[in-house]
Amino acid sequence: MTKQEYTLTIYTENKVGIIGRIVILFSRKKINIESISGSPSEVAGIFRFTILINESEEVVRKVCRQLEKQVDILKAYFNTNSEIVWQEQALFKVATEKVTEGADVERLARIYGARAVVIRNDYTVFETSGHTEDIDKLTEALANFGLIEFVRSGRIAIIKNSEGFHKKLKEFEREEPAPEVKENEFLDKQDKVFTM
Amino acid sequence: MNTVETKNEDSKTATETVAKTQISGSQAVLEALLAEGIETVFGYPGGAIMPIYDALYDYNDKLKHILVRHEQGGIHAAQGFARTSGKVGVVFATSGPGATNLITGLADAMIDSNPIVCITGQVFAHLLGTDAFQETDVINITTPVTKWNYQVTEASEIPEALAKAFYIARSGRPGPVLIDITKNAQVQLFDYLGYKPCSHIRSYRPKPIVRNKHIQEAADLINQAKKPLVLFGQGVILGKAEKEFKEFIEKSGIPAAWTVMGLSALETDHPQNVGMLGMHGNYAPNVLTNECDVLIAIGMRFDDRVTGRLDKYAKQAKIIHLDIDPAEIDKNVKTTVAVWGDCKETLPILTKLVDKKSHTDWLAHFRELEKEEVKEVIQEELNPSSDIMTMGEVVKVLNELTGGDAVIVTDVGQHQMVACRYAKFNQSKSNVTSGGLGTMGFGLPAAIGAWYGAPERPIVAIIGDGGFQMTLQELGTIMQFGAKVKILILNNEFLGMVRQWQQLFNDKRYSFVDITSPDFVTVAKGYHIDGQRISEREQLKDALKTMLDHPDSYLLEVMVGKENNVFPMVAQGSSVAEIRLK
Ligand SMILES: Cc1ncc(C[n+]2csc(CCOP(=O)(O)OP(=O)(O)O)c2C)c(N)n1
Repeated sequence: MTKQEYTLTIYTENKVGIIGRIVILFSRKKINIESISGSPSEVAGIFRFTILINESEEVVRKVCRQLEKQVDILKAYFNTNSEIVWQEQALFKVATEKVTEGADVERLARIYGARAVVIRNDYTVFETSGHTEDIDKLTEALANFGLIEFVRSGRIAIIKNSEGFHKKLKEFEREEPAPEVKENEFLDKQDKVFTM
Repeated sequence: MNTVETKNEDSKTATETVAKTQISGSQAVLEALLAEGIETVFGYPGGAIMPIYDALYDYNDKLKHILVRHEQGGIHAAQGFARTSGKVGVVFATSGPGATNLITGLADAMIDSNPIVCITGQVFAHLLGTDAFQETDVINITTPVTKWNYQVTEASEIPEALAKAFYIARSGRPGPVLIDITKNAQVQLFDYLGYKPCSHIRSYRPKPIVRNKHIQEAADLINQAKKPLVLFGQGVILGKAEKEFKEFIEKSGIPAAWTVMGLSALETDHPQNVGMLGMHGNYAPNVLTNECDVLIAIGMRFDDRVTGRLDKYAKQAKIIHLDIDPAEIDKNVKTTVAVWGDCKETLPILTKLVDKKSHTDWLAHFRELEKEEVKEVIQEELNPSSDIMTMGEVVKVLNELTGGDAVIVTDVGQHQMVACRYAKFNQSKSNVTSGGLGTMGFGLPAAIGAWYGAPERPIVAIIGDGGFQMTLQELGTIMQFGAKVKILILNNEFLGMVRQWQQLFNDKRYSFVDITSPDFVTVAKGYHIDGQRISEREQLKDALKTMLDHPDSYLLEVMVGKENNVFPMVAQGSSVAEIRLK
């Protein structure tokens, strides 16, 4: 089974300790989490985690089922890169004298769409967002000018064909699920998605 | 928490607002138990749970509390209780060491799907994270071994937290739940609005909905099958679907084999019961797993002790898997048709759709292979030619005396496998064993709990000389509270199962498997429990009869062959079809 990047989108109740329940499922199977980020979601009170891993589809599918089994997790989706719109954010701290020395740093910032968010006598902080490769390139280029600090966020992603979670939550909130509720869409596509 | 509630401050508020029904968090815990129909609690007190024990003092007439001798014993007893009663087992323990002593039992209950609610005391909320006396991070320690856990820091949260705990523990695929309650929440008074049981949590879907389409596909496969085989596990018992299961196999005529956890879901003597699967299971169902054309797994999880080598497991067969837990589908064995859902709901639909058949020739094939197993293994095990007693013959004579009506509790090791192979079961919920975790020390405390779960039934605990020494302090619990447990120690003077492996796979290099034992009968006597030790075959029947007829608990130690092995055996890394008869 070939491994590739999968982005997991996990909707959860906003509970203390939920992140522990999530990461335990990965560490138990010795899966490395490339990045993780959590934030509120489109639905008030519901939290959304985005986790990036490099695994085979089979493993990802099993992890998602284990995730959904957790009482406080509502739903876990997994997507390949082509199915999502994704971004990472990065901050760079460069000595201000390097920025003012010539036009190079400013030119780089312009090329990569970075903007200065703080300018002080001693240092300047640039911010940019984009795909990993773009940020990597800028980081490499800025390294020539003495990068004092660098930090990059975990991936966040929007699922292209998702209608958001409002409707799903309504279904979950009903005591008796309506017959058309699909608790796991993969089941009905079993022949197409299961491989071994 | 900015303020620290103390009991005194709280009682002041109580006298000021007498009109409202104010109760303490501790009372709310006990009210919740009563509302959930709990009558028996297993527990052990300590500093951080003292307010609950103080409240318990006034509930003595409504709630029976069994003071165990170790928290591990408490949770194993609750597991035994759950297994024979089908109800939720409840455990109390204090913070720190009290809570950490529960871990083995939680792990055991988790893997064997036992509905358990543990209530642990915790240090005051304002002390959390300060390394306070007897503080331990119970929530994080127990996360991987609980279906759900929650820390309560305010009394007013208690009714809802417990309602959720009971609902989660027993619904869907059952499992252990732990509620950790800080001491301030136990003493705090709050306006009690009554207890509302929980029946829905939006983020939790215990039962997948039934999809008729997949059941139809399953039925089509079954109707075309020439050599179908049913494998069934504890899901049938947990789903209370014994009747539905039997109707299914009787109409479809399919031979059915049980897993260790599925034991007693069908009576042993049912003509379609073809025995036990797995490492020390029966010859026919193991071999024929790799010959059947359709394999129908019902409420079982394809544990590696059942499947042996996975890449050589039932490769020729189409696989139908009925399970309530979607995460089990395709986890180990890839299914052709997955029937998600509670088998109590799915089986009747499937039964309607399958043709009535008898599969006589196919069933006869099992009986033929069984004859081979009888000749090579069972005959000698049950009717030994040597003077030395075997574990199998002890179980055989026990069967003759109980007729198959006893609850058989086991510990872990050779005696467990022998008991599972040969014990006879007439009714469901009669087998209590640590299947998934293989926890030595489980037997005695689980048997105590099993008795509270089914006090009208004879409870026989079959235990090895090694495992008995792990939790024998629970004899004190029997002495004090009077559970009637028949303790049958099968003493081979070895850690037998490990010795067997060392013999077979490590050239008989017996490394620390030679275990000495105290005089068990004298130990029991110290706890005012009668008993005797026998080593001659002539004594066996009478001794077992004395044990069973004794009005109270009884300990019978039977000396058995030191180096007897359990066969058949699927060696690790072998295919089930390569099961060895010797
Ligand atoms: C807590 C625990 N520790 C170790 C083991 C490993 N183990 C499995 S069977 C066994 C031997 C059990 O010996 P005994 O209780 O005498 O039973 P016998 O096999 O002789 O019937 C051991 C040590 C275990 N299952 N559980």
